[in-house]
Amino acid sequence: MGDTTNAQPLLQVENLRVEFPTRRGTLVAVDDISFHIDEGEVLGVVGESGAGKSLTGAAIIGLLEPPGRVASGQIIFDGARIDNIGYEKIRRLRGNQIAMIFQDPLTSLNPLITVGRQLTETIRTHVSVDERAARERAIELLNEVGIPAAERRVDQYPHQFSGGMRQRVVIALALAANPRLIIADEPTTALDVSIQAQIITLLKRLCKEHGTAVMLVTHDMGVIAETADRVAVMYAGRIVEVGPVQDVIRHAQHPYTHGLMNSIPVVRHDVEQLKQIDGAMPRLTDIPSGCAFNPRCPKVFEYCRDARPELVDVGATRAACWLYDDTRRAGDTT
Amino acid sequence: MLTYIVRRLLQSVLVLIAVGFIAFSLFSYVGDPINNMVGVEATDAEREWARKTLGLDDPFPVQFARFAAKAVQGDFGQSYRLSIPVATAIGERLPATLELVFVAAVMALLIGVPLGVYTGLHRDGAISRILLTISLIGISLPTFLIGILLIMVFSVWLGWLPSFGRGATVDLWGWESNLVSWEGFKSIILPAVTLCLFQLTLLMRLVRAEMLEVLRTDYIKFARARGLTNRAVNFGHALKNTLVPVITITGLQIGSLIAFAIITETVFQWPGMGLLFLQAIQFVDIPVMAAYLCLVAFIFVVINLIVDILYYAIDPRLRLDGSGHAH
Ligand SMILES: Nc1ncnc2c1ncn2[C@@H]1O[C@H](COP(=O)(O)OP(=O)(O)OP(=O)(O)O)[C@@H](O)[C@H]1O
Ligand code: SF4
Ligand SMILES: [Mg+2]
Repeated sequence: MGDTTNAQPLLQVENLRVEFPTRRGTLVAVDDISFHIDEGEVLGVVGESGAGKSLTGAAIIGLLEPPGRVASGQIIFDGARIDNIGYEKIRRLRGNQIAMIFQDPLTSLNPLITVGRQLTETIRTHVSVDERAARERAIELLNEVGIPAAERRVDQYPHQFSGGMRQRVVIALALAANPRLIIADEPTTALDVSIQAQIITLLKRLCKEHGTAVMLVTHDMGVIAETADRVAVMYAGRIVEVGPVQDVIRHAQHPYTHGLMNSIPVVRHDVEQLKQIDGAMPRLTDIPSGCAFNPRCPKVFEYCRDARPELVDVGATRAACWLYDDTRRAGDTT
Repeated sequence: MLTYIVRRLLQSVLVLIAVGFIAFSLFSYVGDPINNMVGVEATDAEREWARKTLGLDDPFPVQFARFAAKAVQGDFGQSYRLSIPVATAIGERLPATLELVFVAAVMALLIGVPLGVYTGLHRDGAISRILLTISLIGISLPTFLIGILLIMVFSVWLGWLPSFGRGATVDLWGWESNLVSWEGFKSIILPAVTLCLFQLTLLMRLVRAEMLEVLRTDYIKFARARGLTNRAVNFGHALKNTLVPVITITGLQIGSLIAFAIITETVFQWPGMGLLFLQAIQFVDIPVMAAYLCLVAFIFVVINLIVDILYYAIDPRLRLDGSGHAH
């Protein structure tokens, strides 16, 4: 377990850059991002499609698919770098220390292998127990994630489970070796709306009980508001704002975060209002210079096109926006 | 499970009846059987008499029923050319072809599948590229050419292996076998290699394509993200999921091995059914042709049945027998 006396974060990502070399030049999908996750903390990661959320998760667990690669930066887990440690070492971390949950429970399980076998295999990869003990643990895990009649269902195949039940199995698999960090990449997007809340509640409760930290990637600001301790907002491969969840939601500083918050449906009123931010996120091939958000930003001013803003403390959060750089603003005449 | 198999069996019987019908039609439409039996100098009265005693005046359905009833017992009458029962002629040749096809199929599987897995896992490796290039040659060269090349190299130049015939076989309770002695086995190597090459490359390419496909799936990514070893992921999870298409193709290919065997047997003068069939065609030996058709159809049907049962064993999603339902 981590050293609690010096409050070292569980995961520290520093200046991470993920690139795809292509014939027509290098695409930068994750551009120099830094953030951390503390032991037991839930960090929400939001942003439009293509912002680089999934790639960030894949980079952390060392599963970027070639030709994608970590071009620079460091990923530090529990005080040690894990971005350059070689296959066998990172493999031992996967599932054991850092687990991952994918979006689609229907395709995340091997259709030809029983749920129990997939569980015991994972358990025995990381813990030295015999098949019987592993099976007992598997049943225990299925019980824990709320699957009824676990003793019987442990011998069934994935197709015999519904979508929601399969995502519970996926969670059980992620928890199998008691990891310290779970990267959950849109764990409920593929599910029925009625089941989404159940799964999120379950994930939240289990991680609290086990003291597991979570990097929760989602499009759903409602889920973030209920679940996360802190939230990072990504745009075009960069983190544009990060801070405690209530502050980011109530007092968003970055114009993009503002736009996102406005797009949360407000159902309290008679009419559901949903304001979208005009325009679309740029493609990797033509990310604007300066602040990547500038073509869509309602508050854009001249300087925004010239240089990229870094994250700075603004109130209770940190935002990357020239609005909060007094010297730049002063130089602006508009 | 039982209903599944029963349904399959019924379909198989229908297929066999259809083929039997075609085989039977040969007698009526390809040449006149009477001519073949009584000789040219027979009088019209003699022909009429033969026609009657052979039942050729009976209505068509009756004739077909009689043919089918006999065929089921393996009785296809006398060979016009060899003047021995067809069953005997085929019985002498069947082991040669079955052994040839068996050895070729085993070679194709034992070499093709591992090569496919290898080239799938090492997509961009130099060895993979070389193998794929060679496999293109294997697929595009005609069988007889490969056979002749092999004979040239291994029989004529090197003198290692016999170039034709079955060589020294061992009699196993009436089944002449090439597989139990090294001397016998030497004779089967070249024909089997020739016969298997096309299927081997096909299988390798299929397994490779399937592996690439499966390796992209979410459950493979998830398996890796759980820290399973490469071995467990590649062989335990990925390979298993490529098996269904591999079994389908293998089943179909065993069928075409029997068909291709005709060419290979000709090149190597291998005394199998294919050679018998070719000679039968030359001599319009209809009983032999009919029997060959029925036998090949029967083998196809049996293979298909085995394939279906294997599916069932591999893929739990087919076992819809109510042992559990999504809810
Ligand atoms: N193999 C690849 N080659 C080139 N570009 C890629 C590749 N994989 C991903 N990208 C690009 O990287 C960017 C970030 O992708 P990522 O999957 O991380 O987005 P995301 O934030 O998870 O989006 P979503 O919400 O849709 O899941 C996207 O613009 C995507 O097009
Ligand atoms: S830097 Fe400029 S363009 Fe970017 S968000 Fe701030 S105001 Fe808008
Ligand atoms: Mg994603």
